[in-house]
Amino acid sequence: LTTFLGIPTAPRGVGHLRGDEPFPVAARKALANTQLRRNLGKATATIRAKRAAVVAELPDWEELREAGRAIKAHTMRNLGHYLTELESQVTARGGTVHWARDAIEANRIVTDLVRATGAAEVVKVKSIVTDEIGLNDALAQAGIHAYETDLAELIVQLGKDRPSHILVPAIHRNRAEIRDIFLREMSDVDPGLTDTPAALTEAARLHLRRAFLSARVGISGANFAVAETGTLVVLESEGNGRMCLTLPDTLITVMGIEKVVPAWRDLDVFMQLLPRSSTGERMNPYTSMWTGVTPGDGPQSFHLVLLDNGRTAALADETGRQALHCIRCSACLNVCPVYERTGGHAYGSVYPGPIGAVLSPQLTGVEDNASLPYASTLCGACYDACPVKIDIPSLLVHLRARHVEETARAHRVASPEAVTMAAASWVMASPARWAAAQRASRLGRALGRGGRIRRLPPPLSAWTAARDAPAPPRQTFREWWREERGGRP
Amino acid sequence: VTGPAARDEVLARIRTALGDSAPADPDPGGHAPPADPAPRAYRTSGDLGAGLLLDLLAERLRDYGCTVRRTAPGEVMTAVGEALIRRGAHRIVVPSGLGLTGLPTGTEAVAVAIAETGTIVLDGSPDQGRRALSLVPDYHLCLVRAHQVVGLVPEALARLDPGRPLTWISGPSATSDIELDRVQGVHGPRTLEVILVEPEQASQPGT
Repeated sequence: LTTFLGIPTAPRGVGHLRGDEPFPVAARKALANTQLRRNLGKATATIRAKRAAVVAELPDWEELREAGRAIKAHTMRNLGHYLTELESQVTARGGTVHWARDAIEANRIVTDLVRATGAAEVVKVKSIVTDEIGLNDALAQAGIHAYETDLAELIVQLGKDRPSHILVPAIHRNRAEIRDIFLREMSDVDPGLTDTPAALTEAARLHLRRAFLSARVGISGANFAVAETGTLVVLESEGNGRMCLTLPDTLITVMGIEKVVPAWRDLDVFMQLLPRSSTGERMNPYTSMWTGVTPGDGPQSFHLVLLDNGRTAALADETGRQALHCIRCSACLNVCPVYERTGGHAYGSVYPGPIGAVLSPQLTGVEDNASLPYASTLCGACYDACPVKIDIPSLLVHLRARHVEETARAHRVASPEAVTMAAASWVMASPARWAAAQRASRLGRALGRGGRIRRLPPPLSAWTAARDAPAPPRQTFREWWREERGGRP
Repeated sequence: VTGPAARDEVLARIRTALGDSAPADPDPGGHAPPADPAPRAYRTSGDLGAGLLLDLLAERLRDYGCTVRRTAPGEVMTAVGEALIRRGAHRIVVPSGLGLTGLPTGTEAVAVAIAETGTIVLDGSPDQGRRALSLVPDYHLCLVRAHQVVGLVPEALARLDPGRPLTWISGPSATSDIELDRVQGVHGPRTLEVILVEPEQASQPGT
């Protein structure tokens, strides 16, 4: 794999950071699914409105965003320092810290830890990072069943499906589909189950209660980890997180190394930015914060797995490292005109939408997710919505440039795009050649109808496959100027 | 499970990745934190008086679908009793340190409450009990005294002890995972009831 400064990216063949097909191909299939587009349209519009209302309530929202941006930038510049501080604080409070260079190593660490307890099943809090590394598959290979306990993740798991949104992973399913999945996959479900959200939620509650009360191992991700105190933070809504974080004897938390924050008071900022940006609530129903092990309360054995899996490769790109500031709120998904129409599956990675388009290619190496930096109109709505002010449009352009440069380096024979650009540059370098080219382009008027060209011959058909080209005008600006002004300045 | 190899390699990768852009660590391998340049121009203290704070907390809790009772300091026992009778509670769990002996109560105190977000925070002190207590039962009754209420999130964090297991609760358990329809009550208690105890001097609610 192509790497920055020789730093490895996330390995192939494990986890869910790469799609089976490029974004345009997957997006075309998604666009043909009218049910999906209806669900997405409703969901994104609803969350957008809720978020806008609760953000408007805070007079210091912009100050919070700026503080969040600065804290994250400072953390990345001192990442090694804060990770070792976190490690020593967690260890001092009775936890054990493990380091994983990649998905394979993290999966092995977690599997070995579960095996050591003798447990045959684990309960899981919703966690994108464990989905990133394909932990459930790794556990299954070791004969360990992982119960996804978040309602949406349960729907996705039982439906043998993939999550399609960071916050609401089953957003692509409607109530009738969910009822069918429950009737088919839950052995203990009432056959008279209706499709009201309340009845479906109750079925999930009953289905999972036995798992919660008997589980010996819980597995979670982390929203934040405070280096200064060794405190881990998980935000959630349903209470499944609290169940997994407090009832089992053993708790294993997997977190990407970028989730560390320096100080306790940094939660001032993130505990305000995240809930309002994510679910559009003043605060999410439940947040759990724990530091190591508390005797007599909750898990008596706590393991923290610090995961790289391509993050240091992203850190090596001074522009690209901003993507590591992400706090996974999903506000950028909900405002993105592309995401709103294609949904999350088209991006192929567990990180969809605008942030996924800049994060996934950096974790895997750009060539493994080369279509994602182009999966955007660069409209900038994501930048405005981002609670930590990640300049996603600039990152997209930066990654497009990296892709072009890396492709040029990798191939001796120039790509059609590079040839076209070189030709354009030659034409534009000379006024005479430019004027001649403009005159020649007028031939294209024959193809136009109503000022638009709907289909160009190959190889230019690649452009008109997804959009119209404007028909060239009757005269150029320079010709018009000469005609109007007679050559006067 | 992993030897020092993975740790050393990840830390080496970070050093390589940051290269010249990394500031010199003032205390390599030690605990002196690097200077924090983050601008903190956001609000760190609220400006509401005790009465208005309780009003705001009550409004925000009701917004989440909580039941809220307000009571004078001398009438806490009566309010707790009324809430439990209305609920029809016969068997309850009580944290050992709550000190409400003589009444069949199922209540917990709190570490702090945040008015602006409608949040109560439990820290596992003896008057609050261990974390499972407010999680497994279907009904959670919680006692908040006026001096425990702050306006803003930063004020709450300043009061909390990070070394304790903390649970932030903002309304009852809920999900919007099916077609974004909100359903109250998933795995945590389906009903959250809060008794707000007025300040000593001004026991008239709603000032």
